[in-house]
Amino acid sequence: MRMLTGLSPLDRKLLRDLWRMKGQALAIALVIALGVLMLVMMNGLVRSLEDTRTAYYERHRLAQVFAPLQRAPQSLLARVAVLEGVTAVAGRVTGSALINIHGQPLPLSAQAVSLPDRGEARLNDIYLTSGRRPDPSHEDEIILLQDFAKAHGLKSGDPLSATMHGARRTFRIVGLAQAPEFLYSAAPGEFVPDDARFAVIWMSQSALAAVYDMNGAFNQLLLGTSADSSLPAILDRVDTLLEPYGGLGAYGLADHVSNRFIEEEISGLRVSSRTVPPVFLAVAAFLLNIVISRMIQSEREQIGLLKAFGYRDIEITLHYLKFILVIAVGGALIGCLLGVISGRSLAQVYQSYYKFPFLLFQVDPMTFLIGVLVSILAAAAGGMVVLQSVFRLTPAVAMQPPAPADYSRSAALASFLKRFLDQPGRMVARRLLRQPGRAAGGVIGIAAGMSLAVAMLNVMSAFDRTLELSFSLIDRSDLSVSFVEPLSDKVLYELQSIDGVIEVEPVRTVAVLFSNGQHSYRGAITGLPPAVRLNRALDVRQQTIPMRAEGVVLGAALADILQVKPGDMLSLDVREGRQPQLQVPVTGVADTLIGSPAYMALDSLNRVLREPNRVSGAYLRIDSAKQDTIYRQIKALPAIAGVSLKQEAREAFQTLIDTSAGAVRYLMAAIAGVITFGIVYNSARIAFAERARDLASLRVIGFTRGETAFVLLAELGIITLLALPLGGLFGYFLVFAISEGFSTDLYRVSAVFVPQSYGIAALAVIIAALLSGWLVKRDIDRIDLVSALKVRE
Amino acid sequence: METDKTEIAFTTAGLTKVYGEGSATVHALRGVDLQIPQGELVVLLGASGSGKSTLLNILGGLDQPSSGQVSFFEQNLSRMDDADLTLYRRDHIGFVFQFYNLMPSLTARENVELVTEIAENPLSPEEALALVGLSERMDHFPAQLSGGEQQRVAIARAVAKQPRVLFCDEPTGALDSTSGRQVMEVLQQVNRELATTVVIITHAATIAGMADRVIHFADGQIRKIDLNDQKTLAQNLVW
Ligand SMILES: Nc1ncnc2c1ncn2[C@@H]1O[C@H](COP(=O)(O)OP(=O)(O)O)[C@@H](O)[C@H]1O
Ligand SMILES: [Mg+2]
Repeated sequence: MRMLTGLSPLDRKLLRDLWRMKGQALAIALVIALGVLMLVMMNGLVRSLEDTRTAYYERHRLAQVFAPLQRAPQSLLARVAVLEGVTAVAGRVTGSALINIHGQPLPLSAQAVSLPDRGEARLNDIYLTSGRRPDPSHEDEIILLQDFAKAHGLKSGDPLSATMHGARRTFRIVGLAQAPEFLYSAAPGEFVPDDARFAVIWMSQSALAAVYDMNGAFNQLLLGTSADSSLPAILDRVDTLLEPYGGLGAYGLADHVSNRFIEEEISGLRVSSRTVPPVFLAVAAFLLNIVISRMIQSEREQIGLLKAFGYRDIEITLHYLKFILVIAVGGALIGCLLGVISGRSLAQVYQSYYKFPFLLFQVDPMTFLIGVLVSILAAAAGGMVVLQSVFRLTPAVAMQPPAPADYSRSAALASFLKRFLDQPGRMVARRLLRQPGRAAGGVIGIAAGMSLAVAMLNVMSAFDRTLELSFSLIDRSDLSVSFVEPLSDKVLYELQSIDGVIEVEPVRTVAVLFSNGQHSYRGAITGLPPAVRLNRALDVRQQTIPMRAEGVVLGAALADILQVKPGDMLSLDVREGRQPQLQVPVTGVADTLIGSPAYMALDSLNRVLREPNRVSGAYLRIDSAKQDTIYRQIKALPAIAGVSLKQEAREAFQTLIDTSAGAVRYLMAAIAGVITFGIVYNSARIAFAERARDLASLRVIGFTRGETAFVLLAELGIITLLALPLGGLFGYFLVFAISEGFSTDLYRVSAVFVPQSYGIAALAVIIAALLSGWLVKRDIDRIDLVSALKVRE
Repeated sequence: METDKTEIAFTTAGLTKVYGEGSATVHALRGVDLQIPQGELVVLLGASGSGKSTLLNILGGLDQPSSGQVSFFEQNLSRMDDADLTLYRRDHIGFVFQFYNLMPSLTARENVELVTEIAENPLSPEEALALVGLSERMDHFPAQLSGGEQQRVAIARAVAKQPRVLFCDEPTGALDSTSGRQVMEVLQQVNRELATTVVIITHAATIAGMADRVIHFADGQIRKIDLNDQKTLAQNLVW
């Protein structure tokens, strides 16, 4: 208290009032803090991921244009280099491989990539994490993708057996590396990354060229472009140039699989960073508004007194503004701090997940500023509205204790109330009826908190449901195989004839560039046989997506990108085989759960490609007792590019949604819970503060503690119960907004109605209410009757 | 004591105040014509609900009349807006209320400082509190003081800015006789030593004994004004 000398008496009042209400002030500050935390954390993550990605790409000179082709002589590179807008050129050899690891029943897919014989790669260089680059004079030296090596306990010096170009070879690992072009790496035919099941092998150009008969030639062209160049123009020229060499279509970085995946994740995060924190902040602001306005309402006598002394409105306003600012700014600063702390730790999760060699968590200073400003504005707005109404009163009126509320309005109800309620019950009912606005504020506040919880829980369940549907309803196979190139469907009989294989279902996926005027998308068409059983095309309502004899059915997200609707024609640039250009009608658009699929009937697909009876993979259902022999026989089949077990794919997907953007949802759900509690607790506290005198009077005239507490807590109870259905309703709408933010190109979190999330959220609110009620009840029991009546507060 | 009686502090003419509308209309003041000379101790007597507080609030610039004139020396209060009234209160008026109305979160001294802070030429809080005999209890919070002591703090707070007028609305209404007498002594002392005009509302007729002028109030109107030549000392008042 000594420290307080030197402050004006009003400032001392401020500090003492703050201290007296420290519990409540802290609860409010925390709610604000959590809103700001979300803002800071999410914006920081998005920015950090973007910056890190950009820096990583630049540091290792990731190409701007990728052009796969059959085979072209090195001499062609000089002709590419002079194209307008091209700043760097590299030609390299790539090929697919299978890795045989002892103890693994199935071969693992890998991609082999060449590195220049000497020095660093001009484009798409690697980040060597250990060991050294291969020596071109030792053809068996390789560098292995670090995360694959880690997953299998491999290290520099170990041998590695792999099948390349049909022949089995043994290599020696001399180094481990990461690369910006393999931030995301999934096996062929799969879209979920899995460290253990996809590898990248880097070899010196001459060694790899020898393996794939590519001496003096390359089969992938990489280009660096200047910032002001036109990408479509460059792609066009490159395609023309590569035409005689079996060019498979050049594409920009935006269409590169790994980059697209990262971009999707970041933009998903970006969308949720724009939708979720504002919702949290809005709820926090609303709560703050209610609390502050009621707090000031209860100070009206003191305000009247200050006015009677001759204090000006502006001076009084400043006094309360300071009070609000301390709480709001305090809360916002705590939020900034917590946001940075949680952002940092999440950044670590992201870094290891995305295989960034570094990830600096950085927050745009603007974000801090926005967080603090929003908190201040919300708090100040709440205070101003009430101060205005208090100022409108003459000081004489303001200073009178608010005239006993006029309960005559509820007179009509009196006889009704009398019949059914005892005295305390009637007091509760009358108070609620007398001040419906105040009760409504409480109801809406709690409902808003609950809606956050509902929405977050719902989104969490929606993730799980997506997973469940994808891997039990949509895909009912046990494993799938993909071939290095489309095969005759006779291979199906071969698979069927393996002992223990119960069912075989063909599939044909074809890489295409979809385009409709300006809009285009690099993806694939999935050809499905009639009456699919194992890998089904289902929409969000779990209905089979009907397939016509002609035409393509698109997932809604893809139809959106391409701006097409059923009946429109779509052009397809096929990116394999003869690379025909096709026009097909869109026969349907379906709301799908995963990916941006495009389906065609298998026959129809083969017909338009003029390649009858071809399949690119198959889904199998097998007898698990015989899986070992089945695996062995599949392994022995030629032309297998990859085998994937559904169980493993499912686990990988679970990891994907748990550790990437989905990880944030757990934090959000926890925060929603805390905010809900904060709101309920604050409502109880304010109700208590407003009525402490009345309650003391009740005790004085002989009400028991229980009866006294009832008068207050029954009110809280009724408000809570009224808030439950409303919170459910708010939540229902919030789910749409938020799940949209969580959806990405790869998976959609559909705004499904998950009844449990409503139940759990309601339960959380009820528990919060009980706990708050109990905390307040302790204070009611402790009311000091004498002082409560002596001092007029 | 018989200072320059020609100087009139307050003049009112045809003052009325109406609260509410329709069937709920209350005529709190029904035409009050009054003059209060500077430096007097005036007692306003009347039944509860007769309009005493309403009159005092208007004189003190806490409220505006519905019609009629009210002036403080040459200032016309009925023409003032909210900002002018604020200044008027700040510069000239002190208030003491029945329920003390201290800020519970401030000590006695700090409650007085609340006023000295914004006053032109205030007493120090210590002087003001010494005046009401509370030098010993300056650092106590309201909750640690008796009702009489709280009221004396309120008086100290009101006189600290050396107002020209001190309005007291039932200052002893909530006090026992001993505390009440002490409060009255202080008010009398303020009137004498600081030459402050003091207007006291009460319905305890005995208090009238210490007044220069007793205004009998009933039904929103002045019934009678008594001038008192033989003023009793507050300490001799019979309660
Ligand atoms: N703010 C108000 N609204 C309505 N009526 C009021 C208000 N203040 C006072 N009154 C009424 O005006 C009359 C005079 O009140 P008041 O001046 O407080 O009386 P007194 O102080 O003499 O007891 C009373 O009938 C009272 O009910
Ligand atoms: Mg009165």
